[in-house]
Amino acid sequence: MSLTTTPPPGPGMSATANDLRRGSLPHHFPALLLAATAAVVAGVLLAFSSFGFVLWGLLTAVAYTVIVVTASARVEGGRKARDRLVTSLVYGCFLLAMLPLVSVLWTVLGNGLARFDPYFLSVSMNGVLPSMDAGGAYHAIVGTLAITGMATLISVPIGVMTAVYLVEYAEGRMKRTIMFFVDVMTGIPSIVAGLFVVALWIILFGPGATNGAAGAISLAVLMIPVVVRSSEEMLRLVPQDLREASYALGVPKWRTITKVVLPTSAAGLTTGIMLAIARVIGETAPLILTAGSSAVSINWNLFDGQMMSLPVFIYSQVRMGGAVNYERAWAAALTLILVVMLLFFLARMIGRLFAPKAR
Amino acid sequence: MTTTDAPKAAPPPTGKRRMGDVVFAGTARGSGILILLILAGVAAFLIVQAWPSLAANTANFLTSQEWEANVRESPAFGVGALAFGTVLAAAIALLLATPVAIGIALFIVYYAPRRLASLLGYLVDLLAAIPSVVYGLWGIGFLAPQLVPVYEGMTRYLGWIPLFAGPASTSARTILTAGVVLAVMILPIITAMSRDVFHQVPQGHREAALAMGATRWEMIRLAVLPFGKSGIVGGAMLGMGRALGETMAVAMILSPSLAVSWNLLQSGNQTIAGHIALQYPEATGYGVSALIAAGLVLFAITLVVNMGARYVVARGNKES
Repeated sequence: MSLTTTPPPGPGMSATANDLRRGSLPHHFPALLLAATAAVVAGVLLAFSSFGFVLWGLLTAVAYTVIVVTASARVEGGRKARDRLVTSLVYGCFLLAMLPLVSVLWTVLGNGLARFDPYFLSVSMNGVLPSMDAGGAYHAIVGTLAITGMATLISVPIGVMTAVYLVEYAEGRMKRTIMFFVDVMTGIPSIVAGLFVVALWIILFGPGATNGAAGAISLAVLMIPVVVRSSEEMLRLVPQDLREASYALGVPKWRTITKVVLPTSAAGLTTGIMLAIARVIGETAPLILTAGSSAVSINWNLFDGQMMSLPVFIYSQVRMGGAVNYERAWAAALTLILVVMLLFFLARMIGRLFAPKAR
Repeated sequence: MTTTDAPKAAPPPTGKRRMGDVVFAGTARGSGILILLILAGVAAFLIVQAWPSLAANTANFLTSQEWEANVRESPAFGVGALAFGTVLAAAIALLLATPVAIGIALFIVYYAPRRLASLLGYLVDLLAAIPSVVYGLWGIGFLAPQLVPVYEGMTRYLGWIPLFAGPASTSARTILTAGVVLAVMILPIITAMSRDVFHQVPQGHREAALAMGATRWEMIRLAVLPFGKSGIVGGAMLGMGRALGETMAVAMILSPSLAVSWNLLQSGNQTIAGHIALQYPEATGYGVSALIAAGLVLFAITLVVNMGARYVVARGNKES
């Protein structure tokens, strides 16, 4: 920020006048320079036999930035040089953010494939000792499906109806209050949602009661605000003309909403719901507290006993700490990421394919 | 109830109210009110269940650094050390993530080729799709081993700064590693908020700057950043709210301990959320109640931060 104060207005004028007479770097200079720097840095690193992609990228970026800014400062003047510096920084920020994304996906893929096979996906950990070279994540997949499914069943009606209320009915203070608290609810830490259900379950069933339903409710608390926000946006996209046409035919408001508004926005609603599922399917902390972290057998019953889920499976395997446990954790992480990505892409596809033709 | 009844009377669209309309409107309204009740219920149930341990606590809950809660009588526990660790981790994450997120948002809105922009934005959103437990696994299984030599270098050359004093942890499972992972996790949140507000910068402002001969950076400095200030601040606060409450990445990376340490390269600190996840399975006696009390503190902190963020964003929207 100290840079920004350096050019005072007076000399700035003369600098502008200067700029017009100054030359400028050739159009292809940055691209060529980048290629040249990358090649030279790669050569130097190979000569010292310490080649690594991260190091290579980092050194190339630094060298390129230094050279291009210096060259620009000499040829084009200070203002253009500063502009080029910021351009380099902005590109660098984006590439820096891609680093963890690629790294996470790469390590999960690399470590997870070792154990990711039909056997892993089709057997549970029932009767398998933690250090045995056997067992799989079937019980965790079952638990994830059951818990997330129930959470969806709870939160979709509440979420969509609230969105309908906000868009079609509510006004004034009540509307602002609900919208504000939905926003606030989006920020509830997941572990607090878990503790909420723990507290509720202690009151209802006494201490120590853990089952899948508790997990589903804690996930629903996290999911409802996401569903409300996305559904609300989609309902607002429905043209007012459609509603008025329906009213003009004497159709009651509730039939208009169920027969005109909701079907029109169905694709958008589905997209939003799938993104919400993708968000909560990876939640771990509330499930450790509510659905337990030590189940090993297949349990389809949400109301009876502990239930394993994929994220908790990853966590509990890491806590055991052996080599086999880590392999299982990586394979489960791969499974989980594949499920989340699948939901993500399906959501985008639905949103794109079935979007209403007339906006 | 009196305040909620008032607006309902205002819009009677037709002369006679149909049965279906009344039922449907009532259901929709009920869902909205249910959400308020759930939020109130979260606070109420946490307070009710935290009360027994808070009443029996023999230490100062807010400042004490010990955690002797797994006993049948006279527990002594406090969130002093935990709150410190929570804020420290979130602050590290915020410091690392905010500048990068602004850069990414600028890149996507103003620098990236038009056709690629939405695809690149989608890639950044993917960062938000990766579950936190996978980030934790990545942090402990990949990132931490990579950071060990980095931390050793930092103690050697920057050791004179108390934050980086040696000896560095040999496993790199420290608050700084947790902060780096949290920074990655909140990056997409801050980016999304900043992007939204950068898109709203009036084209006239930008073109006026360019027409005066401003370079792209000068245009951003003069037109975009002043306009987008509230969005950036609000996004950063939302990101901070997320970082404060993030559990799994922290619980997996940090080893269970309770200390107040400014040293970023040694293990010792722990956060509220991480502590709850690690301690809950072993909690007995007053343990669960005490953990719920800690969760209540976390809830209060995140609530304040999030409400502040919404306020800042809403005020920014009104000004523009």
